[in-house]
Order: sequence, then structure tokens, then C-alpha cells
Amino acid sequence: MTGAHVHASGWGWTHAGRTRPAVSGIDLWIDAGERVLLLGASGAGKSTLLHGLAGVLGGDEEGEQTGTLRIDARSPVDSRGTVGLVLQDPDSQIVMARVGDDVAFACENLGVPRDEIWRRVHWALDAVGLDVPLDHPTSQLSGGQVQRLVLAGILAMRPRLLLLDEPTANLDPEGVRDVRDVVDHVARETGMTLIIVEHRVAVWQDVASRVVVLEPGGGILADGPSREVLASEGARLAERGIWVPEHPPELPDRTPREPGEPLMHADGLVVGRTPFAQKEPVIAASDLSFELRAGSTTTVLGPNGAGKSTLALTIAGLLRPVAGTLEAAPPLAAGVVPQPHRWKSRELLTRIGTVFQHPEHQFLTGTVRAELAVGPRALRLTDEEVTARVDALLERLRLGHLADANPFTLSGGEKRRLSVATVLASRPRMLVLDEPTFGQDARTWRELVLLLRGLADNGASIVAVTHDEPFVDALAENVIRLGSPQGVLR
Amino acid sequence: MSAMTPQIAPSAAARVNPVAKLGAALVISVTLLLSVDIVSASVALVLTLALVAFAGLRARSFWIRTAPVWFAAPFAAITTILYGEDSGAQVAQLGIATISEGSLLLGVAIMLRVLAIGIPGVVLMATTDPTELADGLSQVARLPARFVLGGLAGMRMIGLFIDDWRAMARARRARGVADTGAIRRFASQAFALLVLAIRRGSKLATAMEAKGFGAASTRTWARESTFGWPETLLVGIGVVIAGAAVVSAVIAGTWSFVLG
Repeated sequence: MTGAHVHASGWGWTHAGRTRPAVSGIDLWIDAGERVLLLGASGAGKSTLLHGLAGVLGGDEEGEQTGTLRIDARSPVDSRGTVGLVLQDPDSQIVMARVGDDVAFACENLGVPRDEIWRRVHWALDAVGLDVPLDHPTSQLSGGQVQRLVLAGILAMRPRLLLLDEPTANLDPEGVRDVRDVVDHVARETGMTLIIVEHRVAVWQDVASRVVVLEPGGGILADGPSREVLASEGARLAERGIWVPEHPPELPDRTPREPGEPLMHADGLVVGRTPFAQKEPVIAASDLSFELRAGSTTTVLGPNGAGKSTLALTIAGLLRPVAGTLEAAPPLAAGVVPQPHRWKSRELLTRIGTVFQHPEHQFLTGTVRAELAVGPRALRLTDEEVTARVDALLERLRLGHLADANPFTLSGGEKRRLSVATVLASRPRMLVLDEPTFGQDARTWRELVLLLRGLADNGASIVAVTHDEPFVDALAENVIRLGSPQGVLR
Repeated sequence: MSAMTPQIAPSAAARVNPVAKLGAALVISVTLLLSVDIVSASVALVLTLALVAFAGLRARSFWIRTAPVWFAAPFAAITTILYGEDSGAQVAQLGIATISEGSLLLGVAIMLRVLAIGIPGVVLMATTDPTELADGLSQVARLPARFVLGGLAGMRMIGLFIDDWRAMARARRARGVADTGAIRRFASQAFALLVLAIRRGSKLATAMEAKGFGAASTRTWARESTFGWPETLLVGIGVVIAGAAVVSAVIAGTWSFVLG
């Protein structure tokens, strides 16, 4: 088996109902077996190009195509089975209820004979290192296992062109290295052509031999051997928000400060969640003791499945502790009972603000402006005060030009900025963030770090769940490290 | 264990192709819908309950799963007895509701019907794996794979929607709007879930399309779904039960064809 070659000539795509093309003027030749890292700032059209190559952009109703796109001289729509696409958000890509059946699904669609299907299923699961029985439920896998399963389902197709859209987003550092090594190994073994879209250049620069950078306005900004492009264009790429190892986001030095008064403490805390239709909670992490102080930042680290998010939600007063003590000190409780999970919704607002992992879960209204006003209105502030706070935040988080846009239509970086801004609008003393930098480009990342530093300097206590090592280095005075998974809970 | 991958105890019923179970259940149900009388429903109920013994369900599991049917059947009966069309001698008068011999008989007949159709239906589904049912519907019943597998994949997403729903409820608490207006909040949260569901659904559809789903080429099946003698036997048993119910009702003179 050899790889497929790719030829784009003046290619572009405009989504139906949009005036500006998502991507345009792409001229590209990729040889069989080449491994390409596709870079570009948020909104440069990387995902659209991958969808186009996979032939899943749809017909004339979905948008308008210019130029041509060819895979081995055929149109992508006629190349089913030649091209494998791994999208972002692996959870949404699992089709079947059992691991073996899910890997077999693509082969069935392509008309592979039954015996051959099961040979391929075993080979693919082996290649990605997913060591569970074939009848294991797909709903009972950890984040890293889900990503491997999705990859195995694509590899079983024996694609000659493999397209990966941020394949390691949301994995812990070990999971990231594992998945990268799997891709590297399989690509070597099969000789397939590889195109990877990923913010994190450092992870993939040794796997990819060539870097192609898309220009947001259209066309290609840079194209060449990885090392050369990163050396000559590194600074320019970093400016556009791309993570280049030699050009990390610049942050001013920070003078260590004395932490302020204690706001919350935990003693022998056990956290967990109760699965749907069950009575007993499943323990996610136990025997936790810590103190959270004003003006300090604490990060919660640990592998996928270690209970980080469960702990964050418990600290935020959104889950009831399973056992042990979690109490707010008088300065935070400010006149109400010390247990955060017993506070009223409105009492939480000024005490603890939570930024959720998926911003979509926390949006409540139809415009950015209304979204920012939700908290202040719940606090029954005067109209003038609400407007003043909203306007200040629109300005501060560069959302002014989007004030009337629907929150669901924003880009990933804009959604993240908005979800942080909505929390700041009610000025809580404590801030809990779940994976705030996940999937963000270097520019948004830097803004977030500076914003959180500023909040801590003004006396807020910040708790952040993260896999992001530079984020920890830039911010955290304290670290809560959770151990290995205590039983997978999803 | 979940709804999509139930742990099914090995039993005669679990081994039979789900399409045959569905077929047998349909034959009996449709026959029972043709007449409303006590004899046909009693005969069918007794015979199907005898079959249920082979389903390999433990007593506890049987009662938990069929509880809604046991609960619903008497209610259907009471409603008919009180408000059904009266005929024959009047038995009692309660306010505007009159109970007559006719409505009493009708009520009992309806209760037995609900049980005779409901209990085997629930038991058959409890011994059926959704994936196996989809395989059977596509390969044996020849329903379009696009439709059957699309439905199966959609069902799998219900678990994700439950997680989404809980996350949204937490977010509403965190954002200070969870103290009042429970009904309005439920409505807005339901709408938000719908939006999310559509987004997830379209992503799943893209992923399935990228895996060649719906392509013109002929699909193969990793899991074979066959229809052999155990399946034929089960459908045959269904036909015999339906026939026995009709024949005994006709002999007893209670058969009343609803369309006649």
C-alpha cells in the first residue's frame, strides 16, 4: 500500500449564507507518503480544507466551491475509503455501542468481506494500543481510549490519506505522546500520506516533514520543510497565534507575593458523581486536603480520569462532597453557611464563579451583550450598573464588535473569552476554571494568563484544572496533583 | 452496562434473532386487537406467560421491568368500566359514571389485552441487544441500513445528552439563575439541549459520512444475522398462540370482530 497524492488548484470554499470564503486560493501539491503539518491562525480555514479533502463539505446547498481539489486525480467525493478523517471531539464520532463493532463500521460501509473486517479490527486496535475486549461498551472508555478508538476505526479503512484535526486536544501529556507515536508508527508502516491540523507545533514537528501555513485572508503563507519554515517564519507565525516552540508567548516577569487570607479549606475530602439512575456516587478522588487563599492561584493536575473536573465542580459548589469537609472561611461565606453546595444559586454568584470546560453548556441567551448581563441582573443591580459592567467587559475582552452576535456562532477563542467574561461580570471572590486554555491559540492563551494574573493580584483566588504545562508555569503558586484514575467515569 | 449494551442472561430467548421475536409479538398483538373479549385475551395471556419462563429473566428483573404494565392495565380497566359505553344491566351509579355489565366485561377484557400485549413485549425487549436488533432489521427484514443504523447511532447519543443536561443544570446554578422560575428554566434548558443535540448530530453524521456510510457501494456486515429453524419455530409459536386465542373465543361465542 502506498499513500495518495493531493493536488489543490485555486481551491476555495464559501459556506452557504456567508459572504467571505472560509478558505480560498489554495494551490498545493502533496506527494504520496508525505507528512504535512497544516498550520494557521484561528479562522484560517484549516478544518474546512480537511473537510474538503475528506469529501464531507456537502453539495451546492452547503456552500460554493472554487477551483479544484484532487486526490490521486479523483474528486474527494469519489475517493471514499481512500481518505480517513479524524475530527475534533472524539465523543461525537463513535457510532456503535461496542468497541469491535465501532471499528468495523467503516469497513462494513466500504463493502469489505466479513473475515477481512475482523482481521482489520484486530490489527487496528493493536496498532493504536487499545487493549480492551471487542465487546467492551464504547460508553465506558477514558478520554485517551476514546481518541484511540476513533483512530482505530479510521485506520481499519486502510486509508491512503489520513487527515487528523487536532487529534490530541484534551488529552493529558502522556496521552498526547502516545497518540502521536501511534500515528507516527502507523504512517511509517503503511506509507500513507498524512495531514495534521494542530495548534501545538512542538508535539508534531518531528512527525511531519513539511509545514504548510494557511493565510486567514486566503492562500498559503508559508510552505516548506518543517525546520526551515519554523526557523524563518517562526516569529511571524507566533504573532498570528500559532504555537511555535522557539517563540512562546511573551509574558512579563512576575514578582512573587504573599498569599492573602484563607478563603476555603478541605480536609479528607472525597469527591464523586452519581451516575444516571443510580443511587451510590462513584468516587472520583479521595483523601484531599488543601487550602485556597485570596490572591493565589492553584492548579489541579493529573491524568485523564483522575477526578480533576469532579473536584473543580465540588469546589465550585455545584456537586455535593461524598465525604470529608469542604468549607468556606468567613471572608468568602460572608454571612451564609460555610458549605458551598448548600448556597443558593444567587449566593454563589458573588462568591465563586465557574468557567465550564465546554462554553456551550453555560450560554443562556441570544446575544453576547445579554449573556454578559445575566449575572449582574440576577444580582438585581441597577440598569446603569449592569450597562457599565457589560461595556467594560466587552472592551476588556475584545468582544465589542460581537456585542450583538449569538454566542453559539462565535469561534473557539471568542467563546472562551466570553465564558470568562460572563463570570467576571458578577465579580466573584473565587474563580474555578475547567481546562480554560484547551484548544486556544497562543494569542488567546496569553490574554487569559494576563487576565487571571491581574485578578489574582486584585485578591481573587483562582483554581484551574489543566493539562497545560506552560499555563501552570505561568500562573500557579500551588498545585493539587491527583493520582491515577480511580475507575473511569464518563 | 447500559441501555445500549445490556447484559443479557444466556437463554433460549436471548439466542433467537430479535426479528423473530418482534414478528411473534406482532402476530399476537395484531390478533388481539381484532376483537375485544375476555376469552381470547385470557388464552393469549396464559400461553405467552408460559413462554416468558424461557426468557431467562430473573424474578426480580421480571417484576421491575414489567411493573409499568401491571400498573397501567388496571387503570385502563377502571377508565373503561366507569366511562365506557354502557350495555346490559346497570350494576352501580357513581356520580355521572355508570357501571353496567357490558362496561364491566369490556374493562376486564381491555385489562387482559394490555397485559397480554405488554408483558411479552417488555420481556422480549429485555432479552434483546439493540445492535443485534438493528442487524436483524437490516439483514433479515431488509429495512434500509441508512435508516436502521442512523437510528442506532442516534440512540447511542442519549448517554451524551444526559451528561449535557446535567452540565447545563450546573451551569445555570453557577450563573445565578437557578433559584426561581423552575418551569421557564426547564423550557430554556430543553431548548439549549436541542441546539446542542443538533450540533452533535450533525458532527456524528459527518463522521459517519467520512467513514463511507451511505456510499453507493454495497454494504457488508461484520455480524451475521440469520433466520433459521429456532426463529421459524418462535414465529410459528406466535401464530399458534394467536390461533388458539381466536378459536377458543369463537367456540365460546365471545369473539366480536371490531371491524365487523
